[in-house]
Amino acid sequence: MSIGDSSTPLGKARGLGSAREGGDHWLTERVTSIALLLLGTWLVASLLLLPKLDQRTLIEWLHAPSGAIPMALLIVVGFKHALDGMKVFIDDYVHEPGENFIVNVLLLFLAVGGAAIALYALARIAFGAVA
Amino acid sequence: MVVSILHRATGIALSVGGLAILTWWLFAMSNGADAYDSFAKVASGPIGLIILIGLTWSFFQHLLSGIRHLTMDTGATFELGINKTFAILTIVGSVVLTAAMWVYLLGVAK
Repeated sequence: MSIGDSSTPLGKARGLGSAREGGDHWLTERVTSIALLLLGTWLVASLLLLPKLDQRTLIEWLHAPSGAIPMALLIVVGFKHALDGMKVFIDDYVHEPGENFIVNVLLLFLAVGGAAIALYALARIAFGAVA
Repeated sequence: MVVSILHRATGIALSVGGLAILTWWLFAMSNGADAYDSFAKVASGPIGLIILIGLTWSFFQHLLSGIRHLTMDTGATFELGINKTFAILTIVGSVVLTAAMWVYLLGVAK
């Protein structure tokens, strides 16, 4: 608001309509959460059902398609859901547009980078590169 | 309101701590038995256990309060009594599930 501009924030926003975006983000967060209900339950059940939690047993578990495929989904959907959730948190507290942009770009890089590292490690196990 | 704040706090814990440890765990596994042993040593130490148990509780709390939020998204359970009962149940449920899981895990590992 510059000097001499007496309009209120509400007055400025009136008549502009909605931002016309955000609906997809909201819905994606819900859909990934439903997927994670299944994938998270799968992870907990697997950890409880595995006979031991040593490296050899875990490698066998994730080398088989029945372990590798749900784990790949868990990584992708988990990082996506974390990205969407953390964005809501950041947008609630970092208001200055420049700062908000920088923090959101940083978040995106961390989420995509983290998912890539996890998928790389899983791929090595799944495709038999690990003894 | 407490459960709503917990939903956000546990979500941040899972995003930052949970995914970092999941990635570290997979990476350690993929680097052979020796690398995994050094991960397992930290994970089964006192600080490691506190963090893992904390993340397990965060997982169950976020899962149960997530179900609560999905239910509320449909417009249901806004009546004060039901809403409060549901909120309390998420906390009771997350503590019970966390305790059950770790009693089982620590019992089997020994």
